[in-house]
Amino acid sequence: MFFKSLQKLLKENIREYGMYIALFVIMLIFTITTDGIFISSRNISNLLNQTGYIAVLAVGMTLVIVIRHIDLSVGFLAGFLGAVAAIALAFWNLPVYVVIPLVLVLGVVAGLFTAFPIAQLKVPAFVASLAGWLIYRGALLLVTAGTGTIIIADETFNAIGNGFIPDIPGLENFLPGVHKLTLLLGLVAIALYVVSQFRDRRKKLSYNFETLPMNMFIAKLVFISVLLALITWVLAGYNGLSWTVVIVLLVVGIYHFVTTQTVLGRHIYAVGGNPEAAELSGISVKKITYVVFGSMGMLAGLSGILFASRLRSATVTAGTLFEMDAIAAAYIGGVSAAGGVGNVMGSLIGALVTMSLTSGMNLMNIDIAYQYIVRGAVLLAAVIFDVTTRSRGR
Amino acid sequence: MDTPILEMRNITKEFPGVRALNNVSFRVAKGEIHCLVGENGAGKSTLMKVLSGVWPYGSYTGDIYLDGELQTFRHVTDSEKAGIGIIYQELALVPELSVYENIFLGHEISNGVTVDWNETIKRANEMLARVRLDVNPATKIKDLGVGKQQLVEIAKALNRNVKLLILDEPTAALNDDDSANLLQLLREQKAHGVTCIMISHKLREVMAIADTVTILRDGQTVCTLDAHKGEVTEQVMIRHMVGREIDNVYPPRVGHRPGDEVVFEVKDWNAYDPRLGRQVLKQVNLKIRKGEIVGLAGLMGAGRTELALSLFGNFPHYEISGEIYVQGKPVKFSHPRDAIENGVAYLTEDRKGNGLILIQDVKQNISLANLKTLANRGIVDANAEIKVANEYRASLNIKTPSVAQKVINLSGGNQQKVCLGKWLFVKPNILILDEPTRGIDVGAKYEIYTIMNRLVQEGMSIIMISSELPEILGMSDRIYVVSEGRITGELPVEEANQEIIMQMATN
Repeated sequence: MFFKSLQKLLKENIREYGMYIALFVIMLIFTITTDGIFISSRNISNLLNQTGYIAVLAVGMTLVIVIRHIDLSVGFLAGFLGAVAAIALAFWNLPVYVVIPLVLVLGVVAGLFTAFPIAQLKVPAFVASLAGWLIYRGALLLVTAGTGTIIIADETFNAIGNGFIPDIPGLENFLPGVHKLTLLLGLVAIALYVVSQFRDRRKKLSYNFETLPMNMFIAKLVFISVLLALITWVLAGYNGLSWTVVIVLLVVGIYHFVTTQTVLGRHIYAVGGNPEAAELSGISVKKITYVVFGSMGMLAGLSGILFASRLRSATVTAGTLFEMDAIAAAYIGGVSAAGGVGNVMGSLIGALVTMSLTSGMNLMNIDIAYQYIVRGAVLLAAVIFDVTTRSRGR
Repeated sequence: MDTPILEMRNITKEFPGVRALNNVSFRVAKGEIHCLVGENGAGKSTLMKVLSGVWPYGSYTGDIYLDGELQTFRHVTDSEKAGIGIIYQELALVPELSVYENIFLGHEISNGVTVDWNETIKRANEMLARVRLDVNPATKIKDLGVGKQQLVEIAKALNRNVKLLILDEPTAALNDDDSANLLQLLREQKAHGVTCIMISHKLREVMAIADTVTILRDGQTVCTLDAHKGEVTEQVMIRHMVGREIDNVYPPRVGHRPGDEVVFEVKDWNAYDPRLGRQVLKQVNLKIRKGEIVGLAGLMGAGRTELALSLFGNFPHYEISGEIYVQGKPVKFSHPRDAIENGVAYLTEDRKGNGLILIQDVKQNISLANLKTLANRGIVDANAEIKVANEYRASLNIKTPSVAQKVINLSGGNQQKVCLGKWLFVKPNILILDEPTRGIDVGAKYEIYTIMNRLVQEGMSIIMISSELPEILGMSDRIYVVSEGRITGELPVEEANQEIIMQMATN
């Protein structure tokens, strides 16, 4: 009985759960092939930190693709803005609290700059952002021309990409070797998740909306809670939550809230779902285009900061192919090029899938050439899966 | 009697929920110009699509004989091979290619590897001479006017040695000179032995050119008239076109009279379309009173939707002049948002194309145009949204399992009610309904009419665009007739009947 309804649930929601299952399977395979090294605290912690700068780009890219556009310029924009941050810190001696907002604002400006020909003159986004790709690549070469790699000495800045949150003081003897604050935050997250799910379910039931049957609902809660608990335990076993993970979770959380709960978010999805209908409903498609590209630019700035901080320097090649990784992550996460479909959570999972592949294959010492081929095959499989399940759903 | 070049016997074609063609028979004699006439939706275009293989053999019932031989077209290329050439309202030319490339598109003269451009241009010149089009064959299509493009289409069809040329409203987009020129050309092709079927709304043209006229109504052949026996007159054609019995499908508005207060007025409204290079709206003047339903009648392509959209602030590339007054106050709408804020709403004729967001659910579609009233500091109140959606679901009788159902899963009538709900939720004073009952079943139509009556009784004013004359007559208090971008008539419903309106609309 239980397994029958579980089977039915998976069958009907295969689109929604597909990528979680894929991520789980990929992690399982690598854990087996690497004799458990893959799932070790140290590796998972590293993997998450490496995912950070792609994940924030993927979040922004999700919205760009939702409104039926693309932004190829963000990789080198991130590289360029990372270099600006390095220069501001190293040569202009600006404090880190000024540099970060400055870079984010510059990112917004760059995004609006990309949006202008797209929104105003109907230039295809592919071409407009390809121009940006060239321009920011040139700009990055220009600012690093005299110095080459710029070393960043500011420890606060470098902590963003390498540091971990502090532990609760005075508990050194309780559970030694385990990060207590991380553990606590993990428990809080699980509690919040369970409570919010129950409230959501109650509300849906009161409106007679479709809900999962009770046993499936409990199964889902247990599954997600155990997953969260496992991740928490694994992370707590190394250095705890890194600042990168905190930032990514904040960004995903804010974007998830904006896209699902606010007028702006609904307008973005309306424009993606049917731009003509949105326009005739009084929504300015132009305005939404500016907002989405502006946000993309800001996240490119954040991505640049995360990457520069992680390397403790700005390099001449920073940002190379980030845009492609972000686009791949968004598509693996279920975004549709037809517009109006996709969510930021999915893109985060997509980013984790690509990074898990890279990390796992590195641990297995697989040649880089094969790594690219495997990643390409996974992207293709994900999109084929998406397209076929979609047409069946109609 | 000779074997007819074309005979279609007992053709029936059904779409989900609609029988577009019901046992239609249609005979065309060799070498004649045969006009196919009927109201919008009578089945003319569907019949031609069956003939040309757009609707393949097997998707309809009945038989098609060409020169006495049974035909089973599975694709447009099959009917092309059999000698049928069809020219649609939307021309099928490639704008960026030259005239000669377009004429030989898909039938290039080649030695198997490369195209012989010299021979192509020479032959293209011959074809252009035959349609009396004096242009350089190297001219790009996009640099030609619509009238000349039409001639290129005909040259393209003649080049393939068509026996039977079908033209779907060829003069709809043409000015008088170009139309006259085209008709003259068709007469010349007749002399060359080409048989012609022409669909047209312009009855004067039909009288000028037709040898035979077949009239369709509600998917059935009404009659075939022979011009040489003097059977083709405007009165006869109009009578057969509209001659259906009007059953009592319109709920009466009891005890309601429109007020005197003018709530919406349009003065000297003009729109020029620089892409088409012509005036799409000319000196339009309209007045709508409080609690009134004003019908906007006219044939397809008369400019009614263009008028409605331009009044609603949606004119991406038109050059507009004129004034709009809402409740006596002059207003300017540069975006639909401005119109909505001034209490004007527009329900589109194309609900799937630009009305609904099909992949979103009922509540999201209903709240779309007025989401900000459901939000507190930019955050949508999900409970309030559900409550509002449920209110409209009840008051408009939207049949859906819940308001969280995706709109794509609803029937046409219920989708239309969702659209209507969206616009009622912005609480408009003036509601423009563009073909509000297109493609929905009789029961849902009646419900929509009842809702319209309720709305005007509550003091709303409605402009209803409709191609169905009975609907215009059954629902309106007053009627404007639009033809070629102009208001060609205004009359109270008491003085109107289908013949008068059709006369004004085909003017």
